[in-house]
Amino acid sequence: MAHAHESNLKRIWIVFGILSVVTIVEVYLGIIKPDLLNFPVKPFESGFFGTIGNVLLSPVIFTSPLNFIFIVLTLVKAYYITWAFMHMEGEKKWFRRAAVWTATFLICYLVTLLLVEGDYLYSTLAPLVKW
Amino acid sequence: MEANIAVPSDEKNAWNGGGKRPFGASYGKMMMWFFIVSDAITFSGFLAAYGLTRFKFIDSWPIADEVFTHIPFFHGNYPMIYVAFMTFVLIASSVTMVLAVDAGHQMNKKKVTIYMFLTIIGGLIFVGSQAWEWDTFIKGSYGAVKTTDGKILQFVTGDEINNEGEMKFHQIALSDFVVGERTNEREQHIRQNGLWFEDEATISNYSIDQVINAYNSNPNILVKTELINADKKEKIILSREEGAAQLAKTKLVVEGANLEVNEYGNTIFADFFFFITGFHGFHVFSGIIINIIIFFNVILGTYERRGNYEMVEKVGLYWHFVDLVWVFVFTFFYLV
Repeated sequence: MAHAHESNLKRIWIVFGILSVVTIVEVYLGIIKPDLLNFPVKPFESGFFGTIGNVLLSPVIFTSPLNFIFIVLTLVKAYYITWAFMHMEGEKKWFRRAAVWTATFLICYLVTLLLVEGDYLYSTLAPLVKW
Repeated sequence: MEANIAVPSDEKNAWNGGGKRPFGASYGKMMMWFFIVSDAITFSGFLAAYGLTRFKFIDSWPIADEVFTHIPFFHGNYPMIYVAFMTFVLIASSVTMVLAVDAGHQMNKKKVTIYMFLTIIGGLIFVGSQAWEWDTFIKGSYGAVKTTDGKILQFVTGDEINNEGEMKFHQIALSDFVVGERTNEREQHIRQNGLWFEDEATISNYSIDQVINAYNSNPNILVKTELINADKKEKIILSREEGAAQLAKTKLVVEGANLEVNEYGNTIFADFFFFITGFHGFHVFSGIIINIIIFFNVILGTYERRGNYEMVEKVGLYWHFVDLVWVFVFTFFYLV
């Protein structure tokens, strides 16, 4: 724990500033929901490069750029909270990775599976619903 | 053999597992990190389930801007403002917590006390705000009806026509256009038709006939369905005739929300709201309790005697985890 104690204070306030700005941007976009960003992204038509493009852009297709921005900003906030506030930067490299890599891998796996299944449920059940 | 035999020890530092520090981290800190990983995966399980359910009902999920529109003490339509305030409060309490940890590194007992106190206050404000959100959600803002198809119908009226020549609509409450006291008889449970351990059904402020009559007599009222227009990302509003046809299937007037029915849309929407924000709120509450205990320990000088404020750091990790979860819940419930 032998690091320069005084310098931390400034960094804490800088990170607070970053988190506040990101939150304000998120809330602003969430209220305004600009039409420029709020449209579903259609997949490419068929073809070799189209398919590759679809695979690479799969997190973004059928969601809107607005939602994608929200998720990216949320990950930015999560990074700063973990790195600076939870002081992950002070821990040893492999201890960091033991926590972060485990959680990231498991979360990505679960979320991918469940969202794919949810989409399947929609495509199967939605045509049967009486509106 | 030495590695897995429990050797009785007279050491006073048994709590920290004998003082070993793999990765340079103490036992308590490492365990707190591993607990946080497990709890994070739990919450991601809840949020992933929410994601699956939302994808399953992607064309009819309630729009958060239309549900969470109130601020305490003010009347009017302020979507997202109060939730943004709650997010700020929690982030600020995280900042005061990290300042407390920093002061602990400098062995500055007075500063640690002040910052921990501020963190506890921030946490209490957050929990109080969440409780208020629940109360508003359960009480309901506008009121709606539920049809025999299991669909929620809400009511809107038109504003002025905007620049593109489109009519903008805003939701109105039942009390805005339905007049009079409830006219239908309420079903009272007496010996012949009731059971002593069951209550009568909740009575809505207006009866079904009242609502339908009010709709028919006022040509400005239109019906808003749950279905979303995919291109404009708005709920579809029916014409007067279509609205009347749907209203004819009304089964129930719904005001507010509970676990079985809510005025905002699909039942499972309210269920997930209560479950996820409830679980998170419970974590915030337990964090506040733990913070209070550590706060008193700081005042009593326990950590001065111990020579380090590592307990403040560990508790700080838990508090930051709670903030982290809220950041994700906020995004996936209110923004996306």
